[in-house]
Amino acid sequence: MASSGLELLWVSLPQLGKGAAQTLSISFLSIAISTVGGVFYGVLRTLNSTWLNAILRVYLELFRAIPVLVWLYLLFFGLPIFFGLSLPSFWCAVLVLSLWGASEVGEVVRGALHSLPRGQREAGESIGLSGPQLYGYVLLPQALKRMTPPTLNVYTRIIKTSSLAVLIGVVDVIKVGQQIIERTYESVLIYGALFLFFFFICYPLSAASRVLERRWTHA
Amino acid sequence: MSALIEFKGFNKFFGEQQVLDGIDLQVKTGEVIVILGPSGCGKSTLLRCLNGLEVAHSGSLNFAGRELLDKNTDWREVRQQIGMVFQSYHLFPHMNVLDNVLLGPLKVQKRERREARDQAEALLARVGLSDKRDAFPRQLSGGQQQRIAIVRSLCMNPQVMLFDEVTAALDPEMVKEVLEVIQGLARDGMTLLIVTHEMAFARAVADRIVFMDGGRILEQNPPEIFFTNPQTARAQQFLEKFSYVAALPQTTHTKELELL
Repeated sequence: MASSGLELLWVSLPQLGKGAAQTLSISFLSIAISTVGGVFYGVLRTLNSTWLNAILRVYLELFRAIPVLVWLYLLFFGLPIFFGLSLPSFWCAVLVLSLWGASEVGEVVRGALHSLPRGQREAGESIGLSGPQLYGYVLLPQALKRMTPPTLNVYTRIIKTSSLAVLIGVVDVIKVGQQIIERTYESVLIYGALFLFFFFICYPLSAASRVLERRWTHA
Repeated sequence: MSALIEFKGFNKFFGEQQVLDGIDLQVKTGEVIVILGPSGCGKSTLLRCLNGLEVAHSGSLNFAGRELLDKNTDWREVRQQIGMVFQSYHLFPHMNVLDNVLLGPLKVQKRERREARDQAEALLARVGLSDKRDAFPRQLSGGQQQRIAIVRSLCMNPQVMLFDEVTAALDPEMVKEVLEVIQGLARDGMTLLIVTHEMAFARAVADRIVFMDGGRILEQNPPEIFFTNPQTARAQQFLEKFSYVAALPQTTHTKELELL
């Protein structure tokens, strides 16, 4: 039994690997886009423009209040109906996770920028820095320390949430696992493998977040 | 000779409250102006308006022949001409001393690194901190940080320097090292506007004292006149408060004894 179990894992590995590649590409693309988008979002939120803030608040609340799964269905089934635009399920998942992740990372960035002493902004302005220079050289580098630990936590949530993509037909690592289980009924073994897979991807991120947080709050 | 800086009928509000009320003030090139007055009288706000950190509501503010209250004022350009030093230094904590000083010259003024660096080193030497150029702000004392902040502004080669209570956050023994730097600038003929509570310093360094209260300028006079013969009752009161502070230890001492 034990040897046949390992054997099964061994033969399934190429297939599971393909699924894992899907999971990881969706996750990492979404993380990359979320990060870039989140920094823009966070910076725009600190510009004190009333209408811009209103728009960004609506965006944030929409992604806070509506579950990611609903967004997935909405875009996957809704876009073709309402806009005649059909997005492959892979890109649909990346789009939703990125929009959601950007709002989460964005709030972290906004909070980090907001927590900097006001004098930093004034000192930068008083030597004539332009807006982009002020953010690029003075504010964002200082905010980086405060925003990195919570941002890493958002990353782990994006990776875990990417498993919802199964429901719009992405054949990710979980879907592959389910297919194998259907054939072999080895659910404990396969789910055990999935457990380890997610754990070893996500745990280092949350551990790093904790270490950085401790190191930087005491510095 | 016409004034370098001229406030005329200058008004500023925070919400409903008027913090600057009909300010008329002229500053000539090379003049050292010290602005005195009780807390909340608008003296810091006045400096901040000159640097575009606060926006005025009405009146006029002329600098080197330009109206700064114009909508199209290029504040980035003006700020390179008007250096500002703050009460809590506001050095950039993630940069070492030299990078703090060079950020403006290199990124804003796009100067040659070598040339800017030479000037930065010369200025650091002048304030006695050559050996600190690679240090980070958190490794420096308050007085050292404030001297670096002054160098950061000076390295932009401004025409005017604004000092906003720059010694108020310092331990007493560090006040002198900062004031000496400012006095050196005054001696070199730089135009300075200084907000301070250091009366002896004000008296020594100022060409003219501007006394403010409740958002207005009540009195402008050379220091000898202001300190020996203040023209307004409010200024008299203000100066008496300061001599009272000097006498304070004795009073509290007796009070303590009574309480015992």
